[in-house]
Amino acid sequence: MSYKIYIPRDSSALSMGAEKVAAAIQAEANLRNFDVEIIRNGSRGLYWLETLVEVATDKGRMAYGPVKIKDVTGLFDADFLNAKPHPLFLGLTDEIEWLKKQQRLTFARVGITDPISLDDYLAHDGYKGLRNALNMVGTDIVKTVTDSGLRGRGGAAFPTGIKWKTVLEAGAKSHIGLGCVAETKYVVCNADEGDSGTYSDRMIMEGDPFVLIEGMTIAGIAVGATQGYIYLRSEYPHALITLNAAIEAANKTGYLGENILGSSKTFHLEVRRAAGAYVCGEETSMLESLEGKRGLVRFKPPLPAIEGLFGKPTVVNNVISLASVPIILDKGAQYYADYGMGRSRGTLPIQLAGNIKHGGLVELAFGVTLRELLYDYGGGSYSGKPIRAVQVGGPLGAFLPESQFDTPLDYEEFSKIWAVLGHGGIVAFDDTVDMAKMARYAFEFCAIESCGKCTPCRIGSTRGAEVVDKIIAGKDTVKNIQLIRDLSDTMLNGSLCALGGMTPYPVLSALNHFPEDFNSQTIVKVAA
Amino acid sequence: MHDLQTKLDALIAEYQHKPGALLPLLHAIQDNLGYVPEWSYASISRGLNLSIAEVHGVVSFYHHFRTFKPGRHILQICRAESCQAMGSEALEAHIKKCLNIDYHQTTADQGITLEPVYCLGNCALSPNIMLDEEVYGRVSPTDLDALVAELDTEVVA
Repeated sequence: MSYKIYIPRDSSALSMGAEKVAAAIQAEANLRNFDVEIIRNGSRGLYWLETLVEVATDKGRMAYGPVKIKDVTGLFDADFLNAKPHPLFLGLTDEIEWLKKQQRLTFARVGITDPISLDDYLAHDGYKGLRNALNMVGTDIVKTVTDSGLRGRGGAAFPTGIKWKTVLEAGAKSHIGLGCVAETKYVVCNADEGDSGTYSDRMIMEGDPFVLIEGMTIAGIAVGATQGYIYLRSEYPHALITLNAAIEAANKTGYLGENILGSSKTFHLEVRRAAGAYVCGEETSMLESLEGKRGLVRFKPPLPAIEGLFGKPTVVNNVISLASVPIILDKGAQYYADYGMGRSRGTLPIQLAGNIKHGGLVELAFGVTLRELLYDYGGGSYSGKPIRAVQVGGPLGAFLPESQFDTPLDYEEFSKIWAVLGHGGIVAFDDTVDMAKMARYAFEFCAIESCGKCTPCRIGSTRGAEVVDKIIAGKDTVKNIQLIRDLSDTMLNGSLCALGGMTPYPVLSALNHFPEDFNSQTIVKVAA
Repeated sequence: MHDLQTKLDALIAEYQHKPGALLPLLHAIQDNLGYVPEWSYASISRGLNLSIAEVHGVVSFYHHFRTFKPGRHILQICRAESCQAMGSEALEAHIKKCLNIDYHQTTADQGITLEPVYCLGNCALSPNIMLDEEVYGRVSPTDLDALVAELDTEVVA
């Protein structure tokens, strides 16, 4: 008989040796004359257990992990192919508490299917959303997305449906008096996931690329765009391979290209590699980059929805926003909107990172608290020391102290405490962290990544780092802290985009919540 | 040099008609030559109907593109917050000392070019490094020494 084994091809799994483990298992199976079929799936997102090896049984998939090369012989000796006990045995994968408690909508297939197998995608509810969309008019597709309450998962949390509506109507206006000449429009997927502590976009692109392709195709059909681009970070070589393989498969089978599934609709898709500029995650800078220019931020208005790529109406959405669209079109707006709290509807793929024991992908409805995530899921710090601070939402997100860990994950609740959810990345720091150094780093990072177009960001970031250096050195601390506050005020209000405009979040939150790290005994007032 | 020019011309011909062709072309050049040499700017500017200043402006804007020939291997150390929380600073200091170079420099034997990187998207397994096209997670200074030692053996062999 043939045994089916699942070993992830996800780059985090590869970073822990998955490729070598797969080769070793194949070699050992050959040696022992076992017929094995190794499927390279995406990761289930339990990263501290990578390389997670699963064996298919009639009861379901059984997991072993973390498997290292040295464990392979022992696993065969213990007869793991028949799910027999071994120190690394974890039982049924689906029953692992960490995974079982999650609400995986966007990540429903990640880690389960072979990411580049279209058949596997179709067998797991793939392309049902697109089939529904093909029987709907654009305005109805847009209405469904609007009613689902989906908001941009890249960080800005702007309602996706409203953005689409603007693009849809931008085209309609140009029809007036022009007969049926359709204006060129674009769908651009922002896959420039540069925030430290985030990797959900990467997991989707490596683990279930078809869901992103389907989401973009639906967006194209909804607004009348025929060309899509995925702007992918250059740091993700494995995602490039899976995306291109999936796009090729979709083109060959009529899910992309001309006359999609016989509907007379057209949608072409191409991956474009970014080139290591963090600011190109800002949508207008990304559009400049796609046009082959320096990634300088544009003034808004005009909005990209009206004048975007090459001056045409353009939908710009993050990977997770677009990957959440298929399930909404498949199961309906209400199904998605039933998850969540307040104005934050649906689920958020949360990424646990930094000094955390059980790091990985936790998809849950909005409303879960930071404390639950850090301790119930994360298991506390990796070092075993107390978690002193967490940074939520990437390098432009605020640092939160322990007293704020009971805040529920909700866009509005976070803005009440002058913090952001961003792209859902949570980076934990133990009590060895020096918050003045983190504030300095925030300025330094902004200086390295600033596009240079506006002065508060270009000059402010460099001056900010210099002033924090003086504070760390104990020079005129009181005066210099005031100077940091003034500078932050200028950057917050005077920058052209979020890079300069939000660098004060990590800086001021570090200063407000951890004044003892700034050579300052003064209790400072929390900024409003 | 003559061969390189031929290769460059072929790449320009392949990419010049793409919308927004410059970045894909620069990637193709760097993938093929290992860097984007300054002598290529004139041909690129002719092929894409841009000024040499525009080409230079784009190449110099993006961290990914380099205008010098790198070492045989490129070692990137992640400097972002998640890796800092897991001791990446010690890792940086260690490797700089061992290789006796700073960021953006190449070892004397042309073996390794050291670069900083800001997030490799492997933040649940920090600290991370990328060696050529492969990411390694939960890297200790000892692990890094072993990886580098393996490279040196390769070079000798």
